[in-house]
Amino acid sequence: MKFVRRYDERDRGACGLIGWMNKKGRKMSGEAMIEAIANMNERGNGLGGGFAGYGIYPELAQYYCFHVMYGNERAKGLTEELLAARFDVVKYEEIPTRPHPAITDEPLLWRYFLSPKGVDARESEEDYVVRAVMDINAGIADAFVFSSGKNMGAFKAVGYPEDVGKFFCLERYEGYIWTAHARFPTNSQAWWGGAHPFCLLDFSVVHNGEISSYGINRRYLETFGYTCTLFTDTEVMVYLFDLLVRRHRLPIEVACEVVAAPFWKDIDAETDPERRQLRTALRQVYASAMVNGPFAIILGFGNGMLGLNDRIKLRPMVAAENGADLYISSEEAAIHVLCPEPERVWMPKAGQPVIGYLEEGVTSTGVAADLLPSGSEKS
Amino acid sequence: MRNTLVPRRFKQVIDYEKCQRCKRCVMGCGFGALEFQGRVVPSEKNECVACHYCVNVCPEEAITIVENPLKFRPHDVWQPDIIMQATRQAETGGVLLSGMGNDRPWGVIWDHLCLDACQVTNPSIDPLREPMELRTFLGRKPDAVEVERGPNGELRAKTSIPPQLVLETPVIFAPMSFGSISLNAQKALAMAAKELGIYWSTGEGGLHRDLYPYADRAIVQCASGRFGVHEEYLKAGAAVEIKIGQGAKPGIGGHLPGRKVTTAIAETRGIPEGTDALSPAPHHDIYSIEDLRQLIWAIKEATEFRVPVSVKIAAVHNVAAIASGIVRAGADIIYIDGFRGGTGAAPTMIRNHLGIPIEVAVAAVDSRLRKQGIRNQCSIIAAGSIRNSADLAKAIALGADACAIATAALVALGCHLCQQCHTGNCSWGITTQRPELTRRLDPAWGAERVANLVRAWTEELKEILGALGVNALESLRGSRDRLRAVFLDEKTREVLDVKAAGE
Repeated sequence: MKFVRRYDERDRGACGLIGWMNKKGRKMSGEAMIEAIANMNERGNGLGGGFAGYGIYPELAQYYCFHVMYGNERAKGLTEELLAARFDVVKYEEIPTRPHPAITDEPLLWRYFLSPKGVDARESEEDYVVRAVMDINAGIADAFVFSSGKNMGAFKAVGYPEDVGKFFCLERYEGYIWTAHARFPTNSQAWWGGAHPFCLLDFSVVHNGEISSYGINRRYLETFGYTCTLFTDTEVMVYLFDLLVRRHRLPIEVACEVVAAPFWKDIDAETDPERRQLRTALRQVYASAMVNGPFAIILGFGNGMLGLNDRIKLRPMVAAENGADLYISSEEAAIHVLCPEPERVWMPKAGQPVIGYLEEGVTSTGVAADLLPSGSEKS
Repeated sequence: MRNTLVPRRFKQVIDYEKCQRCKRCVMGCGFGALEFQGRVVPSEKNECVACHYCVNVCPEEAITIVENPLKFRPHDVWQPDIIMQATRQAETGGVLLSGMGNDRPWGVIWDHLCLDACQVTNPSIDPLREPMELRTFLGRKPDAVEVERGPNGELRAKTSIPPQLVLETPVIFAPMSFGSISLNAQKALAMAAKELGIYWSTGEGGLHRDLYPYADRAIVQCASGRFGVHEEYLKAGAAVEIKIGQGAKPGIGGHLPGRKVTTAIAETRGIPEGTDALSPAPHHDIYSIEDLRQLIWAIKEATEFRVPVSVKIAAVHNVAAIASGIVRAGADIIYIDGFRGGTGAAPTMIRNHLGIPIEVAVAAVDSRLRKQGIRNQCSIIAAGSIRNSADLAKAIALGADACAIATAALVALGCHLCQQCHTGNCSWGITTQRPELTRRLDPAWGAERVANLVRAWTEELKEILGALGVNALESLRGSRDRLRAVFLDEKTREVLDVKAAGE
């Protein structure tokens, strides 16, 4: 059984990633992403692959969709009891899969479309949902919620991503944002939950790298009630964005200045006093939220996508644009699979975010409107 | 004939072949332990304390200090120190006094903690080629930064940050009063602090007029004796510190003997010359946490909320709960002094047996404040035997924001840890007020040496961070998974929240 939760040791690895979005909301089948990530086969070792798609459940877009993996029926029973107590379960079903010779030891895979019930004034609806996710992941053995956003979902498993994509029948889903991940963990033991993307609410992260500041990032998040159950670097990245963007209401580009903080020499040289003051305050207050060590991430956030490197760019990341399409990838070759001749290809600098926002009206999920830059389009 | 049954601990051995009879050693010894009787001889009446000043000033290298070979019969329980203490007390009927920190073999937890390093999966960083950031802010931080968009879409901070101390490297000089150390020694620290972009601390003896130019780099202390505390003093400092306790003598106040209270010290402290300067054990206006709260806020008002207020406590058994109360009382910085911390004078038994080690104290406080969600409301200074940059890095990994050093800084000024600070005879001119001794210590010379020490530690700390694969100190701060323990019992590891090596 590969559905083993690792409590003893933190996971670390290197990886390949790619993300695509269409700002106007044009949808693409998940199948195309399989081909793109397969191009970077070298970057994975068959111990984990995964995808996140946004806009894939248009009929049930107003409901939180939990993708859950279970090690056994008992875990399923306990989880469904908890879900029934806290949510109206609008719809639930097995996540469709097809048998694949390379994908073995699969857990039970179910999805639930949920509407919270009994949320009171003590917490927001999102906090209520987060609490349910934390309670299941930390409290129910062999149950793991691996995505929990609206009109989005994650699909991940132990295996090469191209096999994982076929296993999950990704050709059935159409999305306007897709991210994909090929994993190369250095720990030999791999489990399904440890594959990327990691998700919480509308946030999903695919990540290449190792977070050398994991210890303090985790302890910082714990003071805000997050429980790091997965012992995987990437988990803290998701929770940090949830804390910074959703709870502290920082615009995405400001959250990036926390996670990949600018150097003091640049802050000190900042001529605009207000800008310098903001950046100084961010480093003072969010010192423990800075993510240090090599990383490249692609974050999906409901109404957009972000690519971000660590502050000295110790992992590869390239971006491209073609009309309304935005591409972010570990390697340029993978972008060419999706788009043979993009209009613009560039290498984002260390700590410089690449952000794409969906145009207004495409979706009602994601980052709150007042946090978006005016004009709502930026890259 | 010596008038005591306590044997001499050290002996000066003079090589008369080399000795040129220049008498520098005789004049140099603050303890009068050498005499000239046709040639240099150990004094009959005064004892050598092994401060090594004579060794240092002898141009011919003719002096060696050896431990007195007269041995007691070996006994693991009744060790020589213990026999000598009892003998001395039988002769004097007095409380034993000591200077510097606890010298008993309790063990040092720092020496059982290993730091991590990067291999393969995350690259180490070369501090000579990449920026390596140590800038540290001490003071209260809000939970979050509120950001708003200006009229042109530009982002700005709506949250204002309370006053902070800004350190270019995570070290401050621990409080040592004018009185416990000489003005020249204090001035050396003040000059070094200014040059390094860090802070020094006045201790409880007020701020001498000559040091007002260094006040912007001073933490001014307000202790139970209130020596030298007045409006100008409070407003002059970069921060104000309420001293509740000291690691070397938790639960008791300071004692500056009248013979050390010179004119300058009397003026600075606002007391009559030649009188004992006794600090009460508790502050007589602080008998509970709400009293402390009143004093914190009174000081904040007196300084017009422009500077952070620190509270210094000794590490004692219940330190985590005490620290939590202090944060809730409004302190912006908590200074925790471990039981190996130094002192100018303390009863030996108090120094050696009261309190707990700083390693466990800082870990317990950091964990407790995190558990209560108030860690950001104050900064933690750890002190009490930070001996080198590795101790510094480990303290920060356990959760300290910065460390305070005293003994290490005094070593830079010449101190050889003879532990005789309380006698006021320091041959090196550090813990004495005798003008013929204090004038030996040139503040500019001292400042350069102290600054060198801190710069060396700073470079080493950057090397450690580079090996850890992080380029900012905040990524090590509180990151206890970068530590592993060897030969520490399970419960201690649990308190430290550090795994065993190999885990």
